[in-house]
Amino acid sequence: MKVIVGQGSCGIATGAKKTVAALEKAIYENRLNIKVGTTGCIGTCYLEPIVDVYDDDGKLTRYVKVDEEKAAKIVEEHIKGGKPIEEFAISSEDEQFLEKQTRIVLRNCGKIDPENIEEYGQYEAARKVLTSMRREQVIEVIKESGLRGRGGAGFPTWFKWNAALEQPSKEKYIVCNADEGDPGAFMDRSVLEGDPHSVLEGMIIGGFAIGACEGIIYCRAEYPLAIKRLEIAMAQAREKGYLGKNLFGSGWDFDIRIKAGAGAFVCGEETALIASLEGERGMPRLKPPFPAAKGYWQKPTNINNVETFANVPWIMVNGGKAFAQMGLGPSKGTKVFALAGKIKKGGLVEVPMGLPLENVIFDIGGGIKNDAQFKAVQMGGPSGGCVPGELIDTKVTYEDINKTGAIVGSGGMIVMDETTCMVDMARYFLEFTRKESCGKCVYCRIGTMRMLEILERITAGEGQDGDIEKLEELAYKVKEGSLCGLGQTAPNPVLTTLKYFRNEYEDHIYRKKCTAHSCQALVKYEITDKCVGCSLCSKKCPVNAISGKVKEQFTIDQNLCIKCGKCMLGCKFDAITKE
Amino acid sequence: MDKMEALDKVLEEYGKVPGSLITILQKTQDIFGYIPKDVINHISQATKVKPAKIYGVATFYSQFRLEPIGKYLIMMCQGTACHVNGSDEIAREVSEYLGIEDGQTTEDGIFTINNVACLGCCSLAPVMMVRSAEGDETFGNLTKEKVVEILEEIRSREA
Repeated sequence: MKVIVGQGSCGIATGAKKTVAALEKAIYENRLNIKVGTTGCIGTCYLEPIVDVYDDDGKLTRYVKVDEEKAAKIVEEHIKGGKPIEEFAISSEDEQFLEKQTRIVLRNCGKIDPENIEEYGQYEAARKVLTSMRREQVIEVIKESGLRGRGGAGFPTWFKWNAALEQPSKEKYIVCNADEGDPGAFMDRSVLEGDPHSVLEGMIIGGFAIGACEGIIYCRAEYPLAIKRLEIAMAQAREKGYLGKNLFGSGWDFDIRIKAGAGAFVCGEETALIASLEGERGMPRLKPPFPAAKGYWQKPTNINNVETFANVPWIMVNGGKAFAQMGLGPSKGTKVFALAGKIKKGGLVEVPMGLPLENVIFDIGGGIKNDAQFKAVQMGGPSGGCVPGELIDTKVTYEDINKTGAIVGSGGMIVMDETTCMVDMARYFLEFTRKESCGKCVYCRIGTMRMLEILERITAGEGQDGDIEKLEELAYKVKEGSLCGLGQTAPNPVLTTLKYFRNEYEDHIYRKKCTAHSCQALVKYEITDKCVGCSLCSKKCPVNAISGKVKEQFTIDQNLCIKCGKCMLGCKFDAITKE
Repeated sequence: MDKMEALDKVLEEYGKVPGSLITILQKTQDIFGYIPKDVINHISQATKVKPAKIYGVATFYSQFRLEPIGKYLIMMCQGTACHVNGSDEIAREVSEYLGIEDGQTTEDGIFTINNVACLGCCSLAPVMMVRSAEGDETFGNLTKEKVVEILEEIRSREA
């Protein structure tokens, strides 16, 4: 019998450590001899903490939302008594969340112990490449697979590898971009935490293909668990001889090291990342020369993202054709999406490219929280945009999503319902990019600031005639006047919301209304005749804006009201409305 | 070991390795909890990198702090999923309860609030992470009531 607990960052955040402690305590008290194992993110984040119990015949019972009490019962009745507890187990509906996916990148996540190389395997893909293939052959397989960069831009991976291979330099570098800075995307973290060896193996293959002398993983400092598990994985790989000198007897030396990032979104841009690796401020520079020619310390450098590397071993084992069979048009293979926001079943979803958004959000994600109305899905983070409800049949390919004005990006999907204000969303992203602009280009530095000021004014109820036009003008100028992807895409959230939700901007500016009731300055609290005069609201009000006689209807003085909403939360008679 | 001695060990290891400035600053912050101004000069002497440049790097990245922080660092996630799920309200509640704003430390030196970019636990939004000597602890699915409970619990532990 085997007991495994999902312990990615989200599992731990919901209390997986406490669940483990409770399991271990109960196992000890029942004098059983079972070790509680660890695995990474299983992907069904909304069901955490998750405990998998494998019977001796290999039958899996997956228990969900396991608190300490449930944990003790599971040990008592299932592990000791041999009777699975049906009511704690995952429902067949929730099982569909995983069954409807095609897991290639996440093939091991939530299955293996990420801290144990034996469970991952023997680096068969790297072994095959290093012992039987030439560099050009490796690139040919990747070309056949149609794999494109999963970090955002979707550039063909083989092309980058080939450009780096063609450089005559003896000193070349392969870099893994694990600086997942896009707020709302967490697939790279899950892969690093749940299956670090697949990334290392992908880097070995890529490093061999371009003829690199060293690999570097540039990982966010906000992901301490990912860094820890990578370090363990690297040490194990070195011990096995998969990293270090003379790999697999090929005569080729290669090792990988980690460089922790220090928190800068712009470092997702290749040239900024390289500057950061060299210990400088992460500021992008003009391209060309591209990193493939002049990168880290002016040497040829190839940079790919975590998810891209995790695909590589699978492709080398199964062949480029098998990968290219999945997907649609020039968007091959699968893509992992991080489903979050106002969604019933949040988590990681890996599907073949080309699946309509509707299938991802409703079929797999279970639809909108509280069965509210679906309004839009934000894709691609601060560089992306909002795809409105009416375009829900859009297929998830690089090309189709681009047509809507959003981008696939790193795969964040934030679902929004009617309570999300689209003007506020645009303001939120502008605030982010304004803060993260490195300051090199005038339009990005000052243009985003001016755009943010306008958006702040609009959401504060002080929008003026002409603001929309000014926003549009600035948006195009920032796009044109910026050197790197950050500035060139920063206006996208504004442009897409203007394209699809222009009426909301107009409501804010001309009618001083926020239809989503989200912009505080534009909402109005009122007491209706349901009020029984209990006076609770007047006691809750921090500014004494509510008055009245006990047992009679109270009133709110709108001039004093600071719109904190405490009265509404406190009312037991549903007598306070928000307009 | 004395903090300066620990720093000198770091400088011995990385001081002469090109491109190590960020690593040195990270280790400095691990030792001191922040990057004291006089330490910048000390690093400059050992690495021959000008203090202005070190200051430039330290202020560029959001990880580095030039002021000391409280015993518990409350990191409020500002990610998109958290924003959509009402992180602003949660942040306001925390600010109100502790009587400090983002980037400030309570007078008793126990809490510092720091708004951070996405913590990557989006399906549990809204989220915050509490960092202390005992390690990092992440709290998800926050409500106004829940954050107050968490902070009260820490307060009572420290009382």
